[in-house]
Amino acid sequence: MRLLREAGHLVRVALVLAAGVVLFLIIRNAVVPKDFGRYGHFRPEALGVIRAHPVAFAGQSTCVACHDDQAKERAAGKHAHVACEACHGPQAAHVADIANVKPALPDVATLCARCHEKNAAKPKSFPQVVTAEHSGGVACNTCHKPHNPQI
Amino acid sequence: MINGVAGYMYPNEVELQWSLLIVLYPYITGLVAGAFILASLERVFKVEEVRPTYRLALLTALAFLLVAPLPLQLHLGHPERSFEMYLTPHRTSAMAMFGFVYLWYLMVVLLVEIWLDYRADIVHQAQTRTGVMRWIYRALTLGSQNVSPASRRIDDKVGYVVTVIGIPSAFLLHGYVGFIFGSVKANPWWSTPLMPVVFLFSAMTSGIAAVLVIYVGSSLLRRTRIDMRCLDAVGKYLFYTFVIDFSLEMLDLVHRTYEADESFRSLDFMVHTRLFISQIVVQIFLGTLLPLGLLAATQLVRFSDAIRRRIYVGASLLTLVGIFAMRWNVVIGGQLFSKSFLGYTTYKVEFAAREGLLPALALMILPFVLLLVLVKLLPPWQEQEVTEG
Ligand code: HEC
Ligand code: HEC
Ligand code: HEC
Ligand code: HEC
Repeated sequence: MRLLREAGHLVRVALVLAAGVVLFLIIRNAVVPKDFGRYGHFRPEALGVIRAHPVAFAGQSTCVACHDDQAKERAAGKHAHVACEACHGPQAAHVADIANVKPALPDVATLCARCHEKNAAKPKSFPQVVTAEHSGGVACNTCHKPHNPQI
Repeated sequence: MINGVAGYMYPNEVELQWSLLIVLYPYITGLVAGAFILASLERVFKVEEVRPTYRLALLTALAFLLVAPLPLQLHLGHPERSFEMYLTPHRTSAMAMFGFVYLWYLMVVLLVEIWLDYRADIVHQAQTRTGVMRWIYRALTLGSQNVSPASRRIDDKVGYVVTVIGIPSAFLLHGYVGFIFGSVKANPWWSTPLMPVVFLFSAMTSGIAAVLVIYVGSSLLRRTRIDMRCLDAVGKYLFYTFVIDFSLEMLDLVHRTYEADESFRSLDFMVHTRLFISQIVVQIFLGTLLPLGLLAATQLVRFSDAIRRRIYVGASLLTLVGIFAMRWNVVIGGQLFSKSFLGYTTYKVEFAAREGLLPALALMILPFVLLLVLVKLLPPWQEQEVTEG
């Protein structure tokens, strides 16, 4: 009994720590969704949230339906397997409203180098140039047509 | 073609993801663990000489521990999400588990030990101070003003137990930081089971050096006499832990050199080129061999007090620089070479950026500001110690 009285302050420390743990558990209980972890280490609602994001890419089968010229041109050259939106960026907004949303044309100065800049880490078979030396500062599309890059 | 890259580098290796701030993280946690272990020397191993540094070491540990997670927070793009690590920790995440190790160490070990040790002072202050300070101290008493000899005896026993638990906890805290690096099996510069042990001993070395410098510095500022017996003892322990730390690092080096696995030539090349200044010059020569030589000299030759004092402080400062360089070489060095072992990249520290030099400096100053506040609140100076209220 005496011991308990003399150690009263320790009981207080224990209570403070316990209160901390309880507070933590209450917060945890309040903010972690009940079904957390049903499909894996994430909130199941996250799937819905992600699904609700607006679609940014239209897919090139859509582009081809209207832009026949570019599609034919591209299909004939080495860029045949480079998707329209890889160069033009996501264009779902344009497809949804062609009258009002007109895509800005890509900036050739940075676009081509993004894929073709020489880098030792790229496979040897991929066509690469040291752009500064290769083009001599002239825009790539003065010599190459973007949709069919052969000269 | 890419600036700063030589040879063959995979695209994801060109830019370093772990910056200067991640260098600070093991450095600061190391100071915590080291300072605490110095404090426990007095408490558990009854090394009476180091008594004048006991409370100072505890407060130093607390000040640095409070700052330890900040570099990590600053490194995150969304710091507020880091709390989710506590709410839904993933068992396979080394960092998530570190959060709990950290909390355990802060709440159960350090704060409780400091509180038990200072309780008599806190109660005394709560009874004598006025105004706001009185309320602060009152809150710190947790409502119990019982400082009877019997209760203090209990405090002493419990404090002892807490310290005994604290030593493995401090080992765990810093060993764990080493584990976070040592367990990255894809990185041959980090991946070694020796990493936690090396981190631990370098932590002890840097923590002891930091407390020594802070002790001498605070004595000079307060114009009080420096207890040479204490300084000699701390210097001796600094020497011992440093010898162990150095042997472990050499063991690692010898092992790597002899094993000479497929990564060796690449790492060896890196150490002789990009890491030459920071590893060979700063870490090994200036930061290890020089202070070790100085400390060894104090063990062999009898210098006057004034000279010994200068040697200890000089050696400690060099040690602190050396251990910082060691953290740098581990964290940054581990990201400078390509996993193809054929290329190297460079790291350029930014200045006034989120992960730049400026915030890093601020983070290194912050613990000293905290320490100043703590020292004002809970004076560690023994002369003023209140005996039984
Ligand atoms: C429903 C038909 C339609 C579809 C589908 C469509 N576009 Fe268009 N696009 C147009 C029309 C019409 C224009 C011309 C608008 C104008 O000139 O005002 C245009 C303009 C453009 C322009 C700008 C041309 C310029 O001269 O500035 C680009 C680039 C473009 N589209 C790319 C795409 C891409 C990439 C896709 C696939 C994601 C796509 N379009 C899908 C009809 C379509
Ligand atoms: C290799 C990158 C690349 C690819 C792939 C590509 N484009 Fe282009 N496209 C360009 C560039 C660059 C321009 C702008 C040319 C200029 O500024 O003269 C352009 C211009 C256009 C234009 C404007 C009219 C014109 O011909 O100049 C349309 C429309 C267009 N692209 C549609 C498409 C469609 C549809 C596809 C997919 C079938 C496609 N592009 C694939 C790079 C590309
Ligand atoms: C999204 C990446 C990408 C972009 C952007 C891109 N290309 Fe290409 N390019 C390719 C691919 C893929 C090939 C086909 C490589 C192959 O056949 O192995 C190719 C092939 C070529 C070739 C043919 C090389 C040969 O061997 O005949 C040339 C020339 C070329 N591109 C020029 C350009 C120019 C000019 C631009 C800028 C308008 C550009 N590319 C933009 C991916 C890209
Ligand atoms: C002055 C005209 C000119 C300009 C400007 C130019 N090229 Fe070329 N490029 C050529 C010619 C000609 C070839 C064919 C050379 C050959 O086949 O050896 C070629 C070939 C290429 C190839 C294929 C190289 C290979 O190894 O197969 C690529 C990729 C390429 N160019 C990209 C670019 C890019 C990117 C730019 C813009 C920075 C650019 N070019 C600007 C004339 C030009």
